[in-house]
Amino acid sequence: MTKPGNGAMDLASEFLGIRSPNPFWLASAPPTDKAYNVNRAFEAGWGGVVWKTLGEDPPIVNVSGPRYGAIHGNDRRVIGFNNVELITDRPLATNLAEIRQVKRDWPDRALVVSVMLPMNREAWAKYVPMIEDTGADALELNFGCPHGMSERGMGSAVGQVPDYIRQAAEWCKSVARIPVIVKLTPNVTSILPPAKAAKEGGADAVSLINTVNSIMRVDYDTLTMYPATDGKGSHGGYCGPAVKPIALHMVAEIARHQETAGLPISGIGGVTDWRDAVDFLALGASNVQVCTAAMVYGFRIIDDLRSGLSHFLRDKGMTKVSDLVGRAVPSVTDWQYLNLNYVVKARIDQELCIQCGRCHIACEDASHQAITHTVNGQRRFEVIDAECVGCNLCVSVCPVPDCITMERLESGVDPRTGQPIRSEPADWTTHPNNPMRRCPP
Amino acid sequence: MSARNPDVAPGRLPAEEIERNFGDLHPPLSKSEALIAADRCYFCYAAPCTAACPTGIDIPRFIQGIRSGDLEGAAVAILSENVMGGMCARVCPTEVLCEEACVRNLHEDRPVDIGLLQRHATDSFLQSGRQLFARAPATGHRIAVVGGGPAGLSCAHRLAMLGHSVTVYSRDAKLGGLNEYGIAAYKTVDDFAQREVEWILGIGGIEVKTGVALGREVSLAQLCRGYDAVFLATGLAGTHRLGLEHEDLRGVVDAIRFIAELRQAADKAAIAVGRHVVVIGGGMTAIDVAVQCRRLGSEDVTIVYRRGREHMGASRYEQELALGEGVRIRHWARPTRLVGSDHVTRVEFEGTRIGADGRLEGTGETFAVAADVVFKAIGQEMDWDGLGAASAVLQVENGRIAVDGNRKTSLDNVWAGGDCVAGGKDLTVTAVQDGKLAAESIDRWLRSGRAS
Repeated sequence: MTKPGNGAMDLASEFLGIRSPNPFWLASAPPTDKAYNVNRAFEAGWGGVVWKTLGEDPPIVNVSGPRYGAIHGNDRRVIGFNNVELITDRPLATNLAEIRQVKRDWPDRALVVSVMLPMNREAWAKYVPMIEDTGADALELNFGCPHGMSERGMGSAVGQVPDYIRQAAEWCKSVARIPVIVKLTPNVTSILPPAKAAKEGGADAVSLINTVNSIMRVDYDTLTMYPATDGKGSHGGYCGPAVKPIALHMVAEIARHQETAGLPISGIGGVTDWRDAVDFLALGASNVQVCTAAMVYGFRIIDDLRSGLSHFLRDKGMTKVSDLVGRAVPSVTDWQYLNLNYVVKARIDQELCIQCGRCHIACEDASHQAITHTVNGQRRFEVIDAECVGCNLCVSVCPVPDCITMERLESGVDPRTGQPIRSEPADWTTHPNNPMRRCPP
Repeated sequence: MSARNPDVAPGRLPAEEIERNFGDLHPPLSKSEALIAADRCYFCYAAPCTAACPTGIDIPRFIQGIRSGDLEGAAVAILSENVMGGMCARVCPTEVLCEEACVRNLHEDRPVDIGLLQRHATDSFLQSGRQLFARAPATGHRIAVVGGGPAGLSCAHRLAMLGHSVTVYSRDAKLGGLNEYGIAAYKTVDDFAQREVEWILGIGGIEVKTGVALGREVSLAQLCRGYDAVFLATGLAGTHRLGLEHEDLRGVVDAIRFIAELRQAADKAAIAVGRHVVVIGGGMTAIDVAVQCRRLGSEDVTIVYRRGREHMGASRYEQELALGEGVRIRHWARPTRLVGSDHVTRVEFEGTRIGADGRLEGTGETFAVAADVVFKAIGQEMDWDGLGAASAVLQVENGRIAVDGNRKTSLDNVWAGGDCVAGGKDLTVTAVQDGKLAAESIDRWLRSGRAS
C-alpha cells in the first residue's frame, strides 16, 4: 500500500452509518471468501468488504471445471469477465468464526456479510441473528446471482420478482438489528420495480448491479460452448469494464425517480480505476464495490482508486466524498425532454488530425456523409456543416483525443436544415410532429 | 603511410560469434507480439501506408486478419498484390515506404511495425506450403521471361495464374536474382529466398531454364519468334568502374560479388575478409557490404561517399545500422588513386563540394585511408551486349530500357521491368510491381488478339 501524497484528501466514507476510511469496498465474491483474502485486502487499504455470500449448511458444491471466462483485447487486457461460481462452499461455522475475528482485528473497516436464503421466514429468523452475532456491520441480501443458485429459487430468481424481494426483505428486517442492503440483479427489464420493492420491504439500501446473464463464446475447435465442464457449459454472470454502462444506467434510474430517490445506493459494476468510481458516485451511489478488477489485478489497485479520487475531489474543490454523490443525477432525463433546438457541428482540429480517415469512413458508411476525404486534391478531412447532424460518431471513432469536438451553433441558420437557430429550448413534448404533443406553456 | 603487407584472412572472429552475427537481423514476432503490434493499427481509410506501398498491398486489411486470427486471409491480402510479400517483409526499406506513411508517426513518432507484421502473416502461410492461387483455364499462349529475379518471377507467377505458359530463363544457377545473390545474409536467413522461389513456382505452368544468358545461349530475336510475348528482367549485370588507374589491383572488389559469395557460403567463417576495409559508394549495397565485413571481424571499415548524408541511396535507418556496427561513414570525398604494387594497400581521396555550376567538384584537399580490401559499391549498369541487335532498336532512357506505365517497351511484343528499366527505385518491391503490371498488360494484349 502506497502512502498518500501531500495533495491527498480525506476519503472517509459513511454508508448507512457504517464508517470506512474510503468508499471502496470489495464486493461479495471470491476475493472476500475467507479471512486470508480479507486480511490482505485490508492491509492493502480497502475501506470495507462484503463477505462472500453465506448460505445454509451443508455448503454448496462448485464445479471443478473452469469457473471463469474472459473477453480480451489483443493485448490480453480483460474487457469482460464471467463466472459460474456459486456462493461460499465452506461450512457456515467456519465463515462466522472468521468474520468475527476479522471484524475484531479491523474495527475501522466496514464488514458487511452477504447472505442468500430460501424463501421462508424460518430460515431468515434462524440465520440472521447468527450472522449479527459476529459483529458484522450490515447484511447484504444476495438477490442477484444469476447462475446455479437461481435454479434453486434463490439469487436472481428472487431479484426478478418484486413481490419476493419485498417479502424476503421484510422477513430479514423483522429480525435484523443491523442495516440491510438488498443487492439487485440487472437481469430485469426495469430496475425500478425491484428497487421499489426493496424499499417497501424495509431495506435500508440497495446495491447494484449483480452480474448479467451471459455466454462468453464457443470453442472454435470443438464448436461447444466455452468455457465448458466436460463438454457442457451453463450461462454465467457477466461483469468487468464492459458492464459498467449498464450498471450506471440502473444506478441513475433509482437515484432520479421519485419513488426510489433517496434510497442509499452502493454502486457495483466494472469499477477498475478511480474515474469509474467518479461515474458511480456522481450518478447517485454513495460508495462503490469492486470485484473483477481485484480478481484480475489484485488488491493493489486500491492505490490508484484512492489516490485518483482524492486528487479529483481536490481539483473540483470538494472536501469530502459525499460532495460528489449524486452531482450528475439532475442531468439525467428522458429523451423526450432533450432540447431539439440545440444544434452542434463536429469540428476537426487540423493540427491534431493524423489523417487516418476513420471519421470519414464512419460518417460515409454509417451516418450522414458529412466528412470529406479529399479537399482540392489533397487528403483532408473536413466537416460539411450542411450534412452534419452532430451525432458524435466521428468523435467516438477518432483515435486522437480532443481532435474532433462538437461546437454549438448559437445563432444564425443551421446549414443542414435551413432553419434559424433558436435560443429558447424546445423538446419533443411540444413538437408539431408529436401526435401526443402538449400545448406549449 | 608506410607500405604494409595486406591482411586478408578468414576467421577473424570465433565461429560461434560469426554465426550469431549472421542470424536474423529482425527476429520474427511471436504470436503475442504480433497481436499487440496489430492492435496499434488504426485501420485507416484509404490508408497512407497502402498508398506508399509500390505494390499497393491493403495493409490495414491484412493487419485486421492478424488481429482476428485469420492469418490465411492476411496472407491472401499480401500475396495477391505482392507474390514476394515474404521477402519484401524482410528487405523493404519500410522506413521510407509504408512505415514512413503510417499515421502513428504524426501522433507518437512510432509507426506500426508493418514489415514485421507482414512477415508474421506470410511466414505462417508459406510454412504451410499450400498454394493460395488457382490457375485460370489454359490460354495456349506462351511467354518467355528473361531473368529469374523478383521482376521475372513476379511476372511469371501472375502470367501462370492468368492461364498462360511461361518459360523463365536465368543466367544464374539459382532463381531469385538479388534476393538470392544480392542481399545481406542476416536479412534473409534459413534459405528463405529459395523457399519463396519454390512456393512461387508451385503454382505450376512455369518452366525454368537456368544457366541460360541472353546474348549467349539465346537471343532476344529467337525469343520473340518462339513466344507470344517476352518480358525482360535482366537486372543490371554490369558494374560501374571507378575509372582509376590500378583498378585491377588485387583486393579491389565489386561489392555485389562479395555479397553474393557470402550469401552462397555455407560457412561464413571461411570467408576471407580484410582487416582494413574501404567501401566506396552510398547505397544499400555499400551498407550491406560494410556491415557484413564488421560482422566477419574487419577491424575498421570506412564508407566513403562523394556527397552528403542526405544524398545517400541508403536510408537513414540503414546508415544508422552501419554506424551502430562501428562502420565509419565519410561524406564529401571521392577516390583519386588506388595505391599498391600487387595488392591494394590504401586509397587516396580528394574532398568534394557542389561547385558554383551545381556540379560536384574537388576541393583540392586530400587524405588517404589504409585498405586491405576496397569494395566498389557505386552501382550497377545495363549489360547491353546481351540484347544484341535489339539494343539498337529498343528505346533507352538514362542508360536503361524505356517502358510505359504498363512496362511495355518500344518493341511490339516485349515488356521489361525491374532494375533494367528506367525510372525504377532498384528495390525488390518495385521489381515485383513491374512484373505484376507487365503480366497484366501482356494478358490484356494477348486476349485482345493483338498477338499474331
